[in-house]
Amino acid sequence: MNDNSWIQLALYLIVLFALAWPLGRWLQGVFDGSLAARWRWMAASERALLRLAGCASDEDMPWWRYAGAIVAFNLIGALAVYALQRLQFVLPLNPADMGAVSPDSAFDTAVSFVTNTDWQGYSGESTMSHLTQMAALAVQNFLSAATGIAVAIALIRGLARHSAQGVGNAWLDLLRAALWILLPLSLVFAIFLVSEGVPQDFAAPVIAHTLQGAHAQTIPLGPVASQEAIKLLGTNGGGFFNANSAHPFENPNGLSNFIEMLAIFLIPAALVFAFGRMVGDMRQGIAVLTAMTVLFVGLYAVGVLAQSQPNPLIAKLGVSGANMEGIETRFGTVASMLFAAVTTSASCGAVNAMHDSLMPLAGFVPLFLMQLGEVVFGGVGSGLYGMLLFAVLAVFVAGLMIGRTPEYLGKKIGAFEMKMVAIATLAVPVLVLLGTAIAVIAKPGLAGLSNPGAHGFSEALYAFSSAANNNGSAFAGLSANTPFWNVLLAFAMWYGRFLVIVPVLALAGALARKPRLAESAGTLPTHGPLFVILLIGSVLLFGALNYVPALALGPVAEHFVLFGAH
Amino acid sequence: MFASFKSAAILFVLLTAITGFVYPLAVYGIARVAFPQQANGSLIERDGHIIGSALIGQNFDAPGYFQGRPSATTPTPYNALASGGSNLGPSNPALIDAMKQRIAVLRKANPDAEKPIPSELVTASASGLDPDISPQTAQWQAPRVARARGLPQMQVQALIDAQTQSPALGLFGEARVNVLALNLALDDAQGAAAHNARR
Repeated sequence: MNDNSWIQLALYLIVLFALAWPLGRWLQGVFDGSLAARWRWMAASERALLRLAGCASDEDMPWWRYAGAIVAFNLIGALAVYALQRLQFVLPLNPADMGAVSPDSAFDTAVSFVTNTDWQGYSGESTMSHLTQMAALAVQNFLSAATGIAVAIALIRGLARHSAQGVGNAWLDLLRAALWILLPLSLVFAIFLVSEGVPQDFAAPVIAHTLQGAHAQTIPLGPVASQEAIKLLGTNGGGFFNANSAHPFENPNGLSNFIEMLAIFLIPAALVFAFGRMVGDMRQGIAVLTAMTVLFVGLYAVGVLAQSQPNPLIAKLGVSGANMEGIETRFGTVASMLFAAVTTSASCGAVNAMHDSLMPLAGFVPLFLMQLGEVVFGGVGSGLYGMLLFAVLAVFVAGLMIGRTPEYLGKKIGAFEMKMVAIATLAVPVLVLLGTAIAVIAKPGLAGLSNPGAHGFSEALYAFSSAANNNGSAFAGLSANTPFWNVLLAFAMWYGRFLVIVPVLALAGALARKPRLAESAGTLPTHGPLFVILLIGSVLLFGALNYVPALALGPVAEHFVLFGAH
Repeated sequence: MFASFKSAAILFVLLTAITGFVYPLAVYGIARVAFPQQANGSLIERDGHIIGSALIGQNFDAPGYFQGRPSATTPTPYNALASGGSNLGPSNPALIDAMKQRIAVLRKANPDAEKPIPSELVTASASGLDPDISPQTAQWQAPRVARARGLPQMQVQALIDAQTQSPALGLFGEARVNVLALNLALDDAQGAAAHNARR
């Protein structure tokens, strides 16, 4: 770790918190309705849109109605994305004459974008029409992020409310998240991206007569900036182009790279501040944020350290410098590792370097960050509700140790609540480990791996960790655009999303019904350093217990092979 | 439940209209006016032809041009329709073989270059379209380019310095040289020299 890597990190965190603080206030104002009460145009447009949709905007939904609305909304989104891909060849805005996407790939991509995963088996510049990109994929970038925000807000309400029946109105929450949070931020960010060189165009690919002139170069364009902005702000991560944020059109320079990284963590960090405000105790928010930051800094440091080491196999050949395979010159090692840590802490999955080519332990960092359940800042909404599950788990474990009924924010944690937490936290590791196991014993699974040995195993493990945690980044050597991988990964993505969301909403409903008890001498405080340590401990312990054997077979084995033999 | 689906469908259509059409068109409209060059892909024109984009790297292998990063795109290098990296893992023998090959070619083409070869010149970029190399990597190639062009090495070095972009705000990213811009400057410099000689 040199000075630059620390300076970049410090600068990043300072600017992030400075921006997330006011946004947290804005989030609170949007979701408690105080902004709509102040500005009549806001309330009027909300009411008009909801009336068109035939929803009662004042209904306070019990958790199961809220969950039903969320699942219905996402099912319809998946159908639309699938249909647009299959029909794009007869629809407008297709200047490059893209054909219909194959059924299995279209299915995988539909599930992938609806679940905020944005795993991409296809390569954008040679598969998707402009219409599919902007009206199917980019729309889901908004709506899946809005879904995450809505669920997180419902859980906060469950904690904040006192003996209440409902957890809020799903339609109103979805609408507010999309219109008042994601849309304005994306508009500003997209214009900034254009100013740095990201195209926004509806033209056909341009044919260039290259300078040396050996062959012409066909340069694809499209509405890239508008999609890029929400791709990062919504922690979606699905690139317009195959190379994602490593593509110069998606991420042209060091400044755009820095702002893109900020965009990934902005809403997840702001939601933690909003959580503190909405439960009426900012110390609770700060404690959660501290735990996230400590985990993030630690794993980033491991990544930079590992990637800065020269590859011993290459050093022998008389080559100077760090391993630059899969790394862009304008970003270099530090900005690439920071991006890798950010994108996999959050459930973003955009990449500005090819993780498959990272040094073994540098590739371990994004893998492990995903396996921790994407609770280190995490996805938009999903990071906060994931971390709050661990907070409940932490007070439960602490309660067992000191022999008291566990409580979080004055809510007694009972058997039903713990069952929901258990389902939500165990579903994902089961999907990851079972999926990986199936892939490495099945012929069509093995056929997708591109690297030999331990690294090949890491590719499969990475794919399922990414899918079930709704990240979407890849060890991209994996040839995943086959019916086997498309179907299996779509299964992991769908259940990795909704086997968490539904129990989280059930938890929110159960908590909302309970009274909020006053703090007493016997209460375990959940805002001090002790709780922060407890929270970090439960995240790490849980992740480690689930994944150590698999990690030992993948990146750890590869590290020892690479460095041990020389 | 049916009512739920109906509401969900209508809300979905409304939000698609706003986020899938109004929003990208608004960005398009503003970009058109405020940043037309960038919005169109930062294209470079010479003599009425588009010769490329300032942001997208091109393949150079002639000795008189600076070379960019190796590109793993298929079927040809720097194929902008198939961006991507090699995705070869650090312990993959195929990666080491590819590097050995690149090293042999580079050594033969650059007999005057000082050792060791910069890592950038033997490792494929992430996008396969990386437009940049570091100033050190450009310098390493300078003797070859100068000799092939019959230009004094001082002049080639001056061109590299002129084309070097420092990190944004002195902080973000790495120092770099855009290979296409450098080669264009090189052509211009030589054109000017030839023009002066003819006079």
